[in-house]
Amino acid sequence: MNERQGFKFIAVFLNMGWFALFVLIPGLMVAGISFMTRDTGRFFSLPFTLAHYRELLDPVYARVLGQSLIYSLNTTIVCLMISYPFAWILSRGPKHRRALLLMMVIIPFWTSSLIRTYALVILMKANGIINTLLIGTGIISDPLTLLYTDFAVYVGLVYTLLPFMILPLYAVMEKMDPRLMEAARDLGANGFAVFFRVVLPLSLPGVMAGCIMVFLPAMGLFYVPDLLGGAKTMLMGNFIKNQFLTAMNWPFGSAASVFLLLLMGAMILIYFIVSRHFNRDEIL
Amino acid sequence: MTRWLKISWTTSVFAFLYGPLLVLMVFSFNQARYTTSWQGFSLKWYKSLINNPQLLDAFVNSLTVALVSSLIATALGTLGAFAVSRYRFAGRKLFFGLVYSVMMSPDIVMGISLLMLFVTAGLTPGFLTLLAAHVTFCLPFVIVLVHARISGFDPAVVDAARDLGAREQDVFFKIIFPMILPAVLAGWLLSFTLSLDDVIISFFVTGPGFEILPLKIYSMVKLGVTPEVNALCTVLFMLTLAAVSAAHILTKEIKK
Repeated sequence: MNERQGFKFIAVFLNMGWFALFVLIPGLMVAGISFMTRDTGRFFSLPFTLAHYRELLDPVYARVLGQSLIYSLNTTIVCLMISYPFAWILSRGPKHRRALLLMMVIIPFWTSSLIRTYALVILMKANGIINTLLIGTGIISDPLTLLYTDFAVYVGLVYTLLPFMILPLYAVMEKMDPRLMEAARDLGANGFAVFFRVVLPLSLPGVMAGCIMVFLPAMGLFYVPDLLGGAKTMLMGNFIKNQFLTAMNWPFGSAASVFLLLLMGAMILIYFIVSRHFNRDEIL
Repeated sequence: MTRWLKISWTTSVFAFLYGPLLVLMVFSFNQARYTTSWQGFSLKWYKSLINNPQLLDAFVNSLTVALVSSLIATALGTLGAFAVSRYRFAGRKLFFGLVYSVMMSPDIVMGISLLMLFVTAGLTPGFLTLLAAHVTFCLPFVIVLVHARISGFDPAVVDAARDLGAREQDVFFKIIFPMILPAVLAGWLLSFTLSLDDVIISFFVTGPGFEILPLKIYSMVKLGVTPEVNALCTVLFMLTLAAVSAAHILTKEIKK
């Protein structure tokens, strides 16, 4: 083995080894254990069974699943509606200002969502800022119940995930050539036509990327309903967490995780098909 | 769209993003115990932070894990990015597949999968398991950032160095490494931030013997809101702010 081979071996081996040990094997364990039987002593044991997947379809659990999907879907829609105009305004602004505003979106993107969730708790408490302000200005006389409601969970999810929608949208919009819109106008398109036939199709890959980046994490953020929601609010994240830490039912929790992974796979697949479709259109 | 509408939309979104954080920070300096009214400036909650050995321990633990895991992830990831851009090897596609699946997969799935790995392997959850988990979720970010930087270079530079007799490690340490340094530093800073702020994955892979700040905050908030938590969150936010700003400046350097 010469020195080139040696260096290559070390560089590749270390990385592949790390991923194999901490990503591939744990991933296969999730898949494997989801088909095994619950065991109170050793967490899981043979024989193989499909029982946990069947159980997921049981009305009690299917409701949790459906509820979580609805939370994710609504959060994604709200994020998209807020972010689309916002990213558009940002991307069309003057260049020097764009950099600063973009930085201001990136900071919350990287900030701990736990801290940001906690900030919402302070705002929405019965004796928190919002109620104090509203009572102080005489708009209401009794404090509103904001915290521990579904509304608070939605605010929390949107607040946490908004930057994940803004950034991919901004990335595609910034690259859009303003001359395309001008050309459409010159050729007689009105505002609606410019938007629906030029801007929207061109921004679609960003819309899809943003939706994936909001929808998937929104299923798992268990501490948002834990801190903001009522006792009944449950996301897939809370459900999986309970299976592992409270119910000690590894196989059932694994089956729910496999469901999340399949959802992720399906969404990414759609993303690639759609973006490939767009690239082909560009070539033609 | 009218100018007025544009300005108010942008301002509202930024107010939404920053308002709660601002309130949190302002009230960490409040004299009063309850966050309802302002009763004068005070540093007393920061003082009580410093005098709380449990919190201080958690803080030191968090910093230690963040520092060590980000350094390991940066070293490993830089090597990995170099390897995938320079060599063809079996499993190169699998490598990228794993990188992207780590970046995309829900944190909770990664958390429980590592939990099962560590428990099955008979490891006690603590510093080492936390470290391994943090390196794992930071690694892809370093690889992607550094790989993007290496791809931007003229490969002839490396060929020239080889022709002039540089060994493989010389190529890496003397040619490639100085050129990719900004990306390496940015990857390191972002890994540090990711590690410092992580809740979900850490939740599953650490034990009572090794407490870290985000989990401590989580359990404190569940018990009730106290001004110490405000102070703690402010400190953590400032750390993130510093690291992310520095990383942003470095990535801007890369694009130049």
